[in-house]
Amino acid sequence: MADTNFDLIVIGGGPGGYVTAIRGSQLGMKTALVEREHLGGICLNWGCIPTKALLRTSEVYHLMQHAEDFGLSVKDVKFDIKKVVERSRKVAGRLSGGVGMLMKKNKIQVFDGHGALAGKGQVKVAKDKKDVATLKAKHIILATGARARTLPGLEPDGKLIWTYKEAMVPESMPKSLLVIGSGAIGIEFASFYRTLGAEVTVVEVLDRILPVEDEEISAFAHKAFKKQGMNIITGASVKELKTGKDNVTATIDKGGKTEKVTVDRVILAVGIVGNVENIGLENTKVKVEKTHVVTGKYSETDEPGVYAIGDLTGPPWLAHKASHEGVICVEKIAGQNPHPLNTSRIPGCTYCHPQIASVGMTEAKAKEAGHKVRVGRFSFVGNGKAIALGDDQGLVKTIFDDKTGELLGAHMVGAEVTELIQGYAVAQTLETTEAELLETVFPHPTLSEMMHEAVLDAYGRVIHL
Amino acid sequence: MPINILMPALSPTMTEGKLAKWLVKEGDDVSSGDIIAEIETDKATMELEAVDEGKIGKILVSEGTEGVEVNKPIGVLLEEGEDAGDIGDAAAAASAPVPKKEKKEQKAEAPAKAEPAPEPKKSAPAPTTAPPSADSDRVVASPLAKRIAENAGVDLGSIKGSGPNGRIVKADVEAAISGGTAKKGAAAAPASAVSSASADVPDYGQAYTEEPNSSVRKIIARRLLEAKQTIPHFYLTIDCVIDDLLGLRKSLNARDGADYKLSVNDFVIKACALAMKKVPMANATWTDEAIRLYDNVDVSVAVATDGGLITPIIRNADRKGLAAISNEMKELAGRARDNKLAPEEYQGGGFSISNLGMYGIKEFSAIINPPQSAILAVGAGEQRPVVKDGALAVATVMTCTLSCDHRVVDGAVGAEFLAAFKPLIEDPLSLML
Repeated sequence: MADTNFDLIVIGGGPGGYVTAIRGSQLGMKTALVEREHLGGICLNWGCIPTKALLRTSEVYHLMQHAEDFGLSVKDVKFDIKKVVERSRKVAGRLSGGVGMLMKKNKIQVFDGHGALAGKGQVKVAKDKKDVATLKAKHIILATGARARTLPGLEPDGKLIWTYKEAMVPESMPKSLLVIGSGAIGIEFASFYRTLGAEVTVVEVLDRILPVEDEEISAFAHKAFKKQGMNIITGASVKELKTGKDNVTATIDKGGKTEKVTVDRVILAVGIVGNVENIGLENTKVKVEKTHVVTGKYSETDEPGVYAIGDLTGPPWLAHKASHEGVICVEKIAGQNPHPLNTSRIPGCTYCHPQIASVGMTEAKAKEAGHKVRVGRFSFVGNGKAIALGDDQGLVKTIFDDKTGELLGAHMVGAEVTELIQGYAVAQTLETTEAELLETVFPHPTLSEMMHEAVLDAYGRVIHL
Repeated sequence: MPINILMPALSPTMTEGKLAKWLVKEGDDVSSGDIIAEIETDKATMELEAVDEGKIGKILVSEGTEGVEVNKPIGVLLEEGEDAGDIGDAAAAASAPVPKKEKKEQKAEAPAKAEPAPEPKKSAPAPTTAPPSADSDRVVASPLAKRIAENAGVDLGSIKGSGPNGRIVKADVEAAISGGTAKKGAAAAPASAVSSASADVPDYGQAYTEEPNSSVRKIIARRLLEAKQTIPHFYLTIDCVIDDLLGLRKSLNARDGADYKLSVNDFVIKACALAMKKVPMANATWTDEAIRLYDNVDVSVAVATDGGLITPIIRNADRKGLAAISNEMKELAGRARDNKLAPEEYQGGGFSISNLGMYGIKEFSAIINPPQSAILAVGAGEQRPVVKDGALAVATVMTCTLSCDHRVVDGAVGAEFLAAFKPLIEDPLSLML
C-alpha cells in the first residue's frame, strides 16, 4: 500500500501542478501529485504544445507555397490532415511521457485519479467514481486548471461545433470555418486553418481582435490577416448556431443587423472557466468568483492550508504564469521569502502568422495608470535579417515611463517575436531602465536588433529608419 | 595548491593582532583541528586551529610579531603530495610582494635587522586569498530602483532590499517612499552628540527594539558628529532681560487688524540678523584658504519635526520686519513638519538659532550647524531675581548661549556679537532703528 502521508499534495498535473510538485520536492517536501487524465495537463496534451506542432506544419506549408520566392521549385504542395494531426499527437505524447520521468526523478508520488478536498488536510482520490486513496498533508495546492467557456445557445457538440480540443484533431480538413472569439486560442486556430486553405471567418464581440494586446498590434495583425484572406467581423456576436448534416449556419449580429453564414465547422474560443467543481470546495472557506478561486499574494485561499494556482485562479491564464505562481507558493510554504508574482511582467505569446508577443502594459493601459509615456517603434522593413528571411512585415513597440525610464511594456508582431519577447521580460525583471537597454549590444544580423532600435526610437535615437 | 593559513579575527572588530606563539614548526604534519598557533589581542588569547590537514610548509610570520593584519597569510599548509617547491604559488601570490617592498623600507632605517618574515606594517595592504569581505558601502539596487530613488530624493542606503541577495528593487523604493522613509539633504542643528559606532555596539543582553535610522537621522548624526569633532567649539553665555520685549510684543500683537502673531523667537531672529550685520565674522564659514564672509544675512532656525531636525532659513532677515519674519517662519515651520521644504529653503544660511525656551530649558549649548560658524541657543524667559542698582528686583530673564567656531570667531568677536545682540533684545525698540 502506497504511503498516504505527505508534506504537500498537488491536485492537477498540468504545467502549474507538476512544476509546483517538483519545486516542493526540491525544497525537501514529501510530495504527492494527483492527476485524473494526463500528466502535463491541457498545456502539453491539448493546448500549447500540440497547437505549436500544428502551426509549425502550417508555417512550413506556407513557405513551400512561396518556395519560388526563395529560388526553390516545389511541385504539388499538398498535405494530409491525418498525418498533420498524427505528428501533433506524437509531440504531445512524447512530452507527457517526459513529465512522468520528471516525477520519478524527483520522487514525487503520482496518484492516478480525481482528487478532491475531503476535510482538513485531506484529499480523496477517486478513479472511475471509486475511492482509491485518502491522502494527508499540511499543505494542499489546487491546480485543476480550466476548460473552454460555452455560451448559452452556442454549445459545442464535438462534431460540427468544436472547442479547442476537437479543433486540434480534425478528421478532415474543413473547407470553411467560423471562429468565435479572437483571443490567442481563436486566432491561432484561425491562422492554422486559413494557412492550410480554409475560408475562415472570425467574429469578435469587442471592437478589435486580440483585445488584450496593444491597439497598434491588434490593428497590424488585423491588416495582415485580412491580406491573407481572413474574414474578420469585430463588434459582432453570434446569436445562433444551427447545425445541418455536415455544416452549421450561424446568425451573426453586428450592431443590430443580422447576417447568416454557413460553414463546415465552428470553433468556440470565447474564454475559459475554472475547474472549480467536484474538488471539495463546498465545505471549505475557499472563495470562488466567476468560476475562479480567489487567492492572495502567495496563492493562499481563505481556507488555511489550501492554495490555488494557475488557470483555476485569476488571469492571465497562461501556462508559465501557473508554473511560476506555483513555485512562489511552494517557496513561501517552505519559509522562503519570494516576491509575489508581478502580473505586469508576464509575457504573452500568440503563434499565429505573423506571431504576436508582448509583456507589460499596453500604451493605453500605461496612460490609464497615470504614466507619462515615451513610445518607440521599429518596423520590420528596416531590419536586414527580416528582409533576408523574406518576412519583413512586423512591428516592435516599446513603452517607457518618461520620468523613471522604466520599461512599462513591449509589444511585437512579426516573425519569431515569440522568441524575442523574453529579452524584454528579462530587462523588466532586472528592472533595467532605458539606459541599460541603450547600452546593450545586440548581435547583427538578427531580428533582435529591432528590439534595440525600438528603444532607441523611444529616445529619439533610432538608426535604421 | 598549497593553502595559506590566514591571520584570524578573534572578534568582528579586530583588524590586527599579535602572533604570540607558533605551536608547530615547518615540516610538521597537522590534521584538521590541531592547534597550531596562539593569537593575542589586547583582550584575549585564542588558539588557532588548522582547518585542513597537511604539512606546515612555511611559516611566514614569526612568533612574537605584533600588529599582524587580519586575513594576512601567516603560514602555508601543504596538502598531500605537495612539497616546498609548490609554496611558490601560494606564498608568492599572497605575501611575496609585501616583504619585498618592506625590506627596502627597513633597510633604510634598520639595515641590520634580518627576519625570516618581515614584520607587517599597518600601511601595507594585506594581500589575501580569503573571500572578499561582504561589507562594502556598495548599494546593490536595480537600475530602476536607483532612478526612482534619485528622482524622489530617497537615500538607497536606508532601504532594505527584498530582491535576490538583498538587491533593492523598485517595490522596495516605492514602499520606502510611501512609508515616508526620509528624504536626503536635511540640515541639522543642536542635539545631543551621536556616536557613529553603530555596528560595534556591544550587546550586554538587555532587551531592546531597533528603530531603523531614517536618512534624515543618519544625516543629522553624521553632520553633528563631524561638527563636534572637527570644529573647535567654545561657548559664551549671556542673560537678557526681556520684560520690555514681552511688553512690546503684547502691544504689537494686540493691535487692531494684526495679521501676525509675534513670538519671542521672531525678535531673537531679527536681533541676531542685526547683530550679524554688525559682526560679520558671525556670518562666515571657515575654509582652509580663507574665511568666507557672506554678503547676505540669512538666519537658519532649527525646527523639530517627526523625522528629525531641519533648519529652514529666513533669508535677508536684517531687511525684513518682525511681522514678515514671523509669518515666514510660521509658514516654513509648517512645511518643514510636512516634509515639504525645497532644498534651497533649508540649505545654506550663515548663522543658526535653536530655541528650547518653550520646553522650559533654562540654558543649553548647541552644536554648530556646519558650514556655519556660530549658533545661538536660546533658553526660556523666566522670572528671576536680579540685582538692579544695588537692590534685588524681579525681572524676566532669558539666557542665551552662543557656540562659536574658534577658527572664525575669536572669544572677543563672539562677545562683540552678544554685546550687539543683548541691547537689541533688552531694548527692542532699537530693532526699529
